[in-house]
Amino acid sequence: MIVEQRSSGDGTLARAFQGIAASPKASLAAAVCLLLLLAALFAPVIARQNPYALTEIDFFDSRLPPMSESRDGMIYLLGTDTQGRDMFSAMLYGLRTSLAVGVTAGALALMLGAALGLIAAYLGGRWDAVIMRVVDLMLGFPTILVALMILVVFGQGTWKVILALVVVQWAYFARAVRGTALVEAKKDYVKAARCLGLSTPRILFRHILPNCLPPLIIIGTIQVASAIAAEATLSFLGIGLPITEPSLGLLIANGYQVLLAGLYWMSIYPGLLLLVLVFSINIVGDRLREVLNPRLAT
Amino acid sequence: MTAFVIRRTLQAVLVLFLTALIVFLGVYAIGDPLEILLPGDATEAERAQVAASLGLDLPLPAQFARFLVDTLSGEFGRSFVYNRSTLDVIFQRFPATLELVVTALILSLVIGIPLGLWAGVKPKSAVDETIMTGSILGFSLPNFWQGMMLIMIFSVWLGWLPSTGRGETGEILGLRSSYATWDGIQHLILPAINLALAQIALVIRLTRIGVQETMPLDFIRFARARGLKERRILLVHVMKNILIPIVTVLGIEFGSLIAFAVVTETIFAWPGIGKLIIDSINALDRPVVVTYILFIVAMFIVINLVVDILYSLIDPRVRVRET
Repeated sequence: MIVEQRSSGDGTLARAFQGIAASPKASLAAAVCLLLLLAALFAPVIARQNPYALTEIDFFDSRLPPMSESRDGMIYLLGTDTQGRDMFSAMLYGLRTSLAVGVTAGALALMLGAALGLIAAYLGGRWDAVIMRVVDLMLGFPTILVALMILVVFGQGTWKVILALVVVQWAYFARAVRGTALVEAKKDYVKAARCLGLSTPRILFRHILPNCLPPLIIIGTIQVASAIAAEATLSFLGIGLPITEPSLGLLIANGYQVLLAGLYWMSIYPGLLLLVLVFSINIVGDRLREVLNPRLAT
Repeated sequence: MTAFVIRRTLQAVLVLFLTALIVFLGVYAIGDPLEILLPGDATEAERAQVAASLGLDLPLPAQFARFLVDTLSGEFGRSFVYNRSTLDVIFQRFPATLELVVTALILSLVIGIPLGLWAGVKPKSAVDETIMTGSILGFSLPNFWQGMMLIMIFSVWLGWLPSTGRGETGEILGLRSSYATWDGIQHLILPAINLALAQIALVIRLTRIGVQETMPLDFIRFARARGLKERRILLVHVMKNILIPIVTVLGIEFGSLIAFAVVTETIFAWPGIGKLIIDSINALDRPVVVTYILFIVAMFIVINLVVDILYSLIDPRVRVRET
């Protein structure tokens, strides 16, 4: 009995995988996500130059359109930027930064949100009321405003951007986990675990949490996409990542300076890459929602 | 009911107080307020004067009390850049933002509802799939990049519309508005579309779900049994049922749009409060930044409070759940 009920959490990943495989659109999107993830991980190997090592860029090659030849005979697939950097390499490194920030923020928000959601559901009463009031409050404010406020008050930097994203996003996880955990906590396996004298943290994290996996996977996927988009927006506005760690958003911002001069490739390509990344993750997330929990609201 | 309203209002005041505290701590306690609140080229005399007027020699709680009193009485300080009261600067810019946001909301309804209805009556069809995938694309498009592409296509390549700025404004019923001149409307089109796109995607999804949930209900079956045309059932009976949730969500979204206008205004050089805040951050005009944050947060808290209270009027279960 106990084993059977707990196993509902274990089959989640298999169900998610099958659900994606069954849909051609979602499979394609998942493949694109995987490809981009690999490209980001192996950026230093794939990129033809380290775009931030000054010795490797040639200033005389600046502002070249796509498919131009460099002075030493190399082809710049996507052209070069105003400093002579290979756009293709710069985009790979930008993708790396964007993904790192988005995934870190998403993971931290998931942990914080799941923990608070569990606590709210299990302890109930005053704890529940206070935590859920704060959740409602956070969800009432748009991402960009909260992030703007945090960055203005605490100053800028990579970790502060991540902090801002976590502060914005934990509430989505907390709300979903609380909802699921409230249902789970009434089930027999939890009563049984309590009768066995297991400690509250153990029941929460080892027994209830695994059964909250479906909403966590769905929201986690969507929130990583949203974190990547939010970081890009903040960086574009000049209040996100520092220039030393150029994400896709910052590349686009640099390209924006010369867009009206007709040097379109410096902003179009990084933007397309960002769009493909966010779009693919969202398609996967949408499919996961259909497969794992059709009634879950965004 | 009264108890509910009072409790919610007290909570709203508490949130506003906490926001003020965070902003105060950020500006006055962590940073050096003199550095933050004075322009870089301030003289010693100015420094001494501001230090005295802020009461920087007082203990922190006393400084906070002073900050609160100043804020409550509308004394938000002066902008370095405009050399005027910061609240004046913001109120002067606010109508431009409001105009943009209202136009975007109207666009999202006019475009989103028909597409949502279309997708909703043909579930799982190719039309539905295309519209829904399109709406995910609408969510995924980075707002700033999409704006750049609009400029690129419609201003640079096609030359149909102006790329940036607000254009001529004229007076309609005593309000200055872009709608009064053709030039103004032309300038409004691209930024409004840019701001509306994500909203259109949202309206499509809401409408589609509404249609799918309403269609199987009894009153629709009866309407069919009475021999009403499908078209009439959809446009009158179904619409009536789904319009309320859509309008409610858009009411809440109104605030988000004002915040999100930051991005659109920056790209299209639209002279509203969104561009103002980014310009002020870059120009280190911090009194304006602080005022903007308090202004927007206060606005949000009021919107949320009103929505909460209206909801509890419509649906008494909300009140019961609270207690």
